[in-house]
Amino acid sequence: MNENDKMGAREPIIKIEGLSKSFNGQVVLDNIDLDIFEGETIVILGASGSGKTVMLNLLAGLLEPDSGHIFVDNEEVTAFTSDRQWDKLRLKLGFLFQGAALYDSMTIAENISFAMEQHLTQTDERIREVVEQKLRAVELEGTEGKMPAELSGGMQKRAALARAIALDPRIIIYDEPTTGLDPILAKNISELIVRLQRELRVTSIVVTHDLICASIIADRLALLYKGKFLFVGTMEELRSSENEYVREFLESSSLRR
Amino acid sequence: MESLPQIVGRRIIDYANFAGRLFLFWLDAMSKCVTPPFYFRETIRQMHTIGVMSLFLTSTVAVSVGMVLAMQTIGELRIFGAVNYVAVIVGLAVVKELGPVLTALMVAGRAGSGISAEIGSMKVTRQIDALTVSAVNPIRYLVVTRIVACMLVVPLLASFADAEGMLGGLLVGVTQGGISSHLYLAYTFKYIKLRHVIPGLLKTIIFGMLVGTVACHYGFETKGGTEGVGNATKASVVTSSLLIVISDVILTRILLYIFGD
Repeated sequence: MNENDKMGAREPIIKIEGLSKSFNGQVVLDNIDLDIFEGETIVILGASGSGKTVMLNLLAGLLEPDSGHIFVDNEEVTAFTSDRQWDKLRLKLGFLFQGAALYDSMTIAENISFAMEQHLTQTDERIREVVEQKLRAVELEGTEGKMPAELSGGMQKRAALARAIALDPRIIIYDEPTTGLDPILAKNISELIVRLQRELRVTSIVVTHDLICASIIADRLALLYKGKFLFVGTMEELRSSENEYVREFLESSSLRR
Repeated sequence: MESLPQIVGRRIIDYANFAGRLFLFWLDAMSKCVTPPFYFRETIRQMHTIGVMSLFLTSTVAVSVGMVLAMQTIGELRIFGAVNYVAVIVGLAVVKELGPVLTALMVAGRAGSGISAEIGSMKVTRQIDALTVSAVNPIRYLVVTRIVACMLVVPLLASFADAEGMLGGLLVGVTQGGISSHLYLAYTFKYIKLRHVIPGLLKTIIFGMLVGTVACHYGFETKGGTEGVGNATKASVVTSSLLIVISDVILTRILLYIFGD
């Protein structure tokens, strides 16, 4: 049975249909389909260069697809023609970048409050409260006045996560949230993602090649290989898959029992 | 191996491509200059940064140029018994040409390179993408604010430079030419009119626009990590400087036509 069918009659919050993208003649995504359901955490797995980040960039409108459609909340985002349409969607979206991408010239508090100041009419007092609340959520209290360069890699990732959830998004996109972190910090971040997921009830799309992180956070996983989804399903189904590449992928990370 | 015509042809195509991209980038920025939202606070912050960054440099250059001009001309003028006219020569040269052009070149070197490096490093660390996904248009927030800041600050710095250049001339005129400061100023105010000063300052608005546009464009086109940032910075200064001197020829002709010789 198709994994998407198992989700029953639930309407997907994100629907990807026949999405393709290539760069200089090299196909990165080849006619992919995927349904992502409200409230779930889906992990996109794949080797480096398999097109995982490209898919996220297409979802956030940072790249344009060659062909195919993306629907978010039943609205076709690939048909958007104006920045205003995209901006409306982006307000529902939180994005954690691989390298954190905190604004270097701003303090941590300014990083978190930036989007609020641009889009909401809030008093300074309210903004301060929200910043404190978001920093508390990622266990980074007391770093409001620090500059990003003063924080360690793990703290930067958490600060970036606080920024991603500043506008209470409905969908959070995580691009390699644990890359470059030591195993303990990586586990920490994974647990933080699970906790935020529970508390905020958001839909999460996580791109990673870290199977330990994936095993902690994923409701479903999708494995990208040569521009196509080779597998979509749960962790258990992934582990019991007989597909040669899936087995190789799992064995290389010693997760297959 | 490529033949010479192929190399030349490829270079020409590359330059044409670059010019086209720069023009479209400028067009995009200009269209966003006149439509909301406007980021006033960021524009003022940029004016402050660019102004403070460049003020010492432009002032030093202006005073030095004024002094050197006076030194170079006093000897010749003395032969004709016209040493008092050093005030006029220094004043006209500074306000009509040297103040505006040198100020713009200094801002291109100092603030323009800083803008390219800042935006370039934001590009390679995906901070620009972070702005986009925060529903903030990076062209409006980063580019329009910096271009407008340059268009306002360069004329301001150039007007300081005009005054400082004349002050440099006055220092040499008094100490080496034996002219009283009162007489020097009297000659300056008698012969240097607003119609001499304004065209120079008008040019600097265009120079500011060129510096801001080129610097931001190179920042946005940065690829390939820290090395890319370095390359973008260098290329930005060279291109801005070239565009300033080339556009100066055209603008001078147009302004002479409007304001008269």
